[in-house]
Amino acid sequence: MSLTDLTLRAIQQRLQARELTSVDLTRAFLDRIAAVDGRINAFLTVTGEQALADAALADRRLDEGRGDALTGIPLALKDVFVTEGVRTTCASRILDNFIPPYDGTAVARLKAQGAVLLGKLNMDEFAMGSSNENSGYSPVRNPWNPDYVPGGSSGGSAACVAARMAAATLGTDTGGSIRQPASHCGVVGLKPTYGRVSRYGVVAYASSLDQVGPIARDVEDCAMLLQAVAGHDPADATSVTLPVPDYCAALKDGVKGLKIGLPREYFIEGLDPEVQKALEQAIAALGDAGAEFVQVSLPHTDYAVACYYIISTAEASSNLARYDGVRFGRRVDRGQGLIDMFMQSRAAGFGPEVKRRIMLGTYALSSGYYDAYYLKAQKVRTLIRQDFLDAFDRADVLLTPVAPTPAFKLGEKTADPLQMYLSDIFTIPANLAGTCAMSVPCGVSAEGLPIGLQLIGRPFDEATLLRAGYAFQQTGDWHQRPAPL
Amino acid sequence: MLSKYEVVIGLEVHVQLTTDTKIFCHCATRFGNQPNSQTCPVCLGLPGSLPVLNKKVVDYAILTGLATHCSIASRSLLARKNYFYPDLPKGYQISQLELPICEHGRLEIDSPEGERRTIGITRIHMEEDAGKLLHDSGAVSRVDLNRACTPLLEIVSEPDMRSSDEAIAYLKKLHQIVVYLGVCDGNLEEGSFRCDANVSLRPRGQKEFGTRAELKNINSFRFIKQAIDYEVERQADILDEGGRVIQETRLFDTASGTTRSMRGKEEAHDYRYFPDPDLVPLLVSEDWIEEIRNSLPELPETKIDRFVREYGIPRYDAEVLAAERATADYYDALVKEQGNGKLCSNWVMGEVQRALNDSGLPVAECPVAPRQLAGLLKRIEDNTISGKIAKQVFDAMWKSDRDADSIIEEQGLRQVSDLGAIEPIIDQILAANPEQVAEFRAGKEKLLGFFVGQAMKLTKGKANPAALNEVLVKRLKG
Repeated sequence: MSLTDLTLRAIQQRLQARELTSVDLTRAFLDRIAAVDGRINAFLTVTGEQALADAALADRRLDEGRGDALTGIPLALKDVFVTEGVRTTCASRILDNFIPPYDGTAVARLKAQGAVLLGKLNMDEFAMGSSNENSGYSPVRNPWNPDYVPGGSSGGSAACVAARMAAATLGTDTGGSIRQPASHCGVVGLKPTYGRVSRYGVVAYASSLDQVGPIARDVEDCAMLLQAVAGHDPADATSVTLPVPDYCAALKDGVKGLKIGLPREYFIEGLDPEVQKALEQAIAALGDAGAEFVQVSLPHTDYAVACYYIISTAEASSNLARYDGVRFGRRVDRGQGLIDMFMQSRAAGFGPEVKRRIMLGTYALSSGYYDAYYLKAQKVRTLIRQDFLDAFDRADVLLTPVAPTPAFKLGEKTADPLQMYLSDIFTIPANLAGTCAMSVPCGVSAEGLPIGLQLIGRPFDEATLLRAGYAFQQTGDWHQRPAPL
Repeated sequence: MLSKYEVVIGLEVHVQLTTDTKIFCHCATRFGNQPNSQTCPVCLGLPGSLPVLNKKVVDYAILTGLATHCSIASRSLLARKNYFYPDLPKGYQISQLELPICEHGRLEIDSPEGERRTIGITRIHMEEDAGKLLHDSGAVSRVDLNRACTPLLEIVSEPDMRSSDEAIAYLKKLHQIVVYLGVCDGNLEEGSFRCDANVSLRPRGQKEFGTRAELKNINSFRFIKQAIDYEVERQADILDEGGRVIQETRLFDTASGTTRSMRGKEEAHDYRYFPDPDLVPLLVSEDWIEEIRNSLPELPETKIDRFVREYGIPRYDAEVLAAERATADYYDALVKEQGNGKLCSNWVMGEVQRALNDSGLPVAECPVAPRQLAGLLKRIEDNTISGKIAKQVFDAMWKSDRDADSIIEEQGLRQVSDLGAIEPIIDQILAANPEQVAEFRAGKEKLLGFFVGQAMKLTKGKANPAALNEVLVKRLKG
């Protein structure tokens, strides 16, 4: 077994027992990146020298017995995380030359623990997309089959873990951007409750929906990484002051008596038969493990995608206004005045999907349309959130598909944005409701592509979500199957 | 000409708050430092940065709202106002639209005709300022973001003013209040108190408002009056000729004293306001409001009434003393020590003010503290020294930090009231001026002043005037 095949937990144990050095481990991951990333394209920036220097520091810290949970563990970050002195592009040409002067909170917390950061990961430009084909650089390939997309927008983060190029990664999830690629790449991805992890230093797509979360090999690794970044941050007014429980403590308590809700609206005609079958088997396995199942209803599910594409694009149209070529990022100045400079810089810097969403959002907020679109969508959002709260009166967690199908081929949906938007149909509602949700591998299709199941938990009850996910893992080995790279 | 039309004016005032740090980050708000030296990821609008509302700004907004009789919203929203400009780092300004922090207030002003008028305050909201563009000669412009994210209150009046004089009275009153509260330094030149004026005309008797022009960013009371007066004339001329005023934004040109069009209604921005998702709704509890209410200082109106009532001084004196909070505080402290309201007001408005003007010091830095001055005034009241000598002592106190009594003693300034000491001096004077004595006795009684003057000269001003008079009259007539 190669060092890069170890889980985060296994690495932690060996590092702390000093059976392994962080430098050796880091070198192994850097070698792995060099060997396979040419085929995957998960990394936009590899910070090898810095990583080795940090690994050496981590080893000293571990030698001195001053290690923290993540000291010396090689991780990688979606390029949406602002990193001091390290180019941060958000996979957009408009930020091609942007080197931030500061670290975001999640990154600072990882660094404070002495984690080793290997580099920055490819993604859909500004986290807008479900396939990674919207990267301003070239798209990421699925490690299970390079003809297929890894999902998006945290496609680089999921592919990186699946291809064993980092022990775990951080992604962000606005409408499914952690869970859907995790599902497509056969790894575990957790979107925490909105407010659980600070958004400070995360380039904003849609502020009321964006949330930072871990992508890792298994549920326990996710729990460990979440533990490191969760908790109140005074620099983010939307982060909550609730205490953070010990996520690993109750992980292995099992699902006996746990009520799992099956939302009627998520098990629909048109769901891919293989996905359907994998979920049925998962339900049976969890039933054998002692879980109880109840039918629940989320009646406003049909409106979620429309609601999401109004709210997220409205916020994006404003969040992306700062890319104007004045202070940082790309500037195209033909000497024809200020407005021309703004327009040319943005025309040259943004890709087509980003432009589409800026236009959609600008429209939704315009005078005369605001009430019909933005305000109405906010009302629908309240109803969707209420759906979930009602369902959680009857169930402790909900179980649903992550995506209607396994990963699709590159180019398959690029011509039809609506079709692409619908691939997030099962993940979007949890963002609108602001609650936590996780994708766990539960099968592999006949074509050899992973399938994931989604568990959705009560707001701020990530612990129960992790416990259910961990219990499911004990019923099989889907999470241990490596990508045939 | 103007009698045909009624002038309608509403004002929007931007008040820059005196908080040490900016509204959404921890950067300093000092004026005049090296460009971009007071910036951070938040006020630079760097990707990933997030705003966090400064509680002090909310305190100041509530304080200002309470002082202007506004209702304070228990829940208010911060909103984004979207537009592109190089001095606006995020491409939007965080401001308030729906649910501002304060609404439905009022201010009482005295119109030039001496009439008490109530001007409605529609709303007061919090917002961040933009940066500054520095235009070099040539084609280069530079951006200084030190001012970006500086806290402002926008105070919007109802269209309740009917002349430029009323507008100025309102502005001066508002200016006095925010400076009194300590929420604004009131410095017009540095832009701490800026005004936009909405001006329209309507035929007298008509209920509906006419079309308005908005006059932008005028930074002195004099210019505001000029701009409004010019605008009133301009609009009257248009209406007189049967034309129509168009709704537009106009800039005041200080050099020519005229206004010119900046942008019309068609070019008006669609700001696409929406609640800022980075900031949670602001909830203000009753306790919070009460806490601020308890810190509300006594405002000028109340102070003037109290001075008149408690200290028995003329209203004019009270108004002069209450115009600035520091002066009022000084006077208040002085009277509390000394007791004689009128003597104190004479001194504060007279000697103290003169000495401050001469040395260019603000009242707060007056070298003679109220307690020290009270010590001096007590010596006037108990006839230890005369008012004239007191001024001499005051000058010595100004320079030395010593109290009045020690200066009086050291310089031997104690007034001579002892008749036994004065009589020989009088005798000496009468002996030296026989002609004047004869003239006086012949009926030229105004010569008394001459003898007093001689006596003062000989006693270096220390003779008690009453005692002196008594002896003189007795000797001359007797």
